[in-house]
Amino acid sequence: MAANGDSQTVSEYIVHHLTNLTYGKLPEGYERYDGSVVPAQGQWTLAHGADEMAAMGFNAIHVDSMLWSVGLGVIFCWLFRRVAVHATSGVPAGWVNFVEMIVEFIDGTVKDTFHGRNPLIAPLALTIFVWVFLMNLMDLIPVDLIPHSLMLMGVDYQKIVPSTDPNITMGMAIGVFLLMLFYSIKVKGFGFVKELTMNPFNHPLFIPVNLFMEVVGLLAKPFSLGLRLFGNMYAGEMIFILIAALFSVGLFWMLPAALLQIGWAIFHILVITLQAFIFMVLTIVYLSMAHEDH
Amino acid sequence: MELIYVAAAIMMGLGGMGAAIGVGILGGKLIEGSARQPELAPKLQGTFFLGAGLVDAIPIIGVGIAMYLIFVVAG
Repeated sequence: MAANGDSQTVSEYIVHHLTNLTYGKLPEGYERYDGSVVPAQGQWTLAHGADEMAAMGFNAIHVDSMLWSVGLGVIFCWLFRRVAVHATSGVPAGWVNFVEMIVEFIDGTVKDTFHGRNPLIAPLALTIFVWVFLMNLMDLIPVDLIPHSLMLMGVDYQKIVPSTDPNITMGMAIGVFLLMLFYSIKVKGFGFVKELTMNPFNHPLFIPVNLFMEVVGLLAKPFSLGLRLFGNMYAGEMIFILIAALFSVGLFWMLPAALLQIGWAIFHILVITLQAFIFMVLTIVYLSMAHEDH
Repeated sequence: MELIYVAAAIMMGLGGMGAAIGVGILGGKLIEGSARQPELAPKLQGTFFLGAGLVDAIPIIGVGIAMYLIFVVAG
């Protein structure tokens, strides 16, 4: 699929763009794409195509998502640390100004929405906001630029927007969920159990009903949090890819496609910032709920 | 197979309709609120964008899935 770039159809092009570079373990006796058979004990290798990815099952990791997200996280830490080290009491300029603006913005939002006492929340919110924003920002890089360049160097698949990978967004949501549970138990102690079992109907007879409703409500939070970011970014990426596929239709479509690409990219600047902001605000709100007694 | 196109159309249409009503009410209330208390306008605007982002998510996801259905599943 990757090798014959000229003859691929639109749906092949889209599927190729939506496939992660996967490293995993193929089961014993599996016949690979080039006809070779996997030896005994299985084989750790890069997947080639959707069938091999499916055969790997659970023993697989999306190398590209991991590298891009961790790399962007390192860039964020390096940049903000550099600014913090160079900050002086004089008039700020350039990057210092920019970083101060972001930090003050996050600080204001946290103060508005979070009423407990916890020194972790503001740094957490800053990290989530900037990190998710940087991951979403990869969406604005032309869809073919990096994957195609890497393909010429021999890497078949590459998905450069980590937040279009549900593993990344759901992983972050699970992280937030664990923090919610931790602070609920730490702040409320046994009151957390009481909150889960006694909340809408305050009677021992209604404990199963209460428990069911509260647990569903609790689990829905990380689920919707992760899925919202994933869905938005995936849909946005999908539309970028479709517009890019328009270039292959013919010379006449070049100009409209270019205009559409620019238009959607400009609209997308709003979407990526908004989604990073929403992810951050919801994290603060959920953690704030974990700190409050009813 | 043709039904996939109908499914995609319903998905995009209904999702868009719901979000349009939602954002319409939201924007109307924002104007109403900031006309009553202009000093609150910047704060209300922040909340408005948050709400709009939450409402916006469903139809955008719907459009993404619809496009996937049209071009990958059916195409």
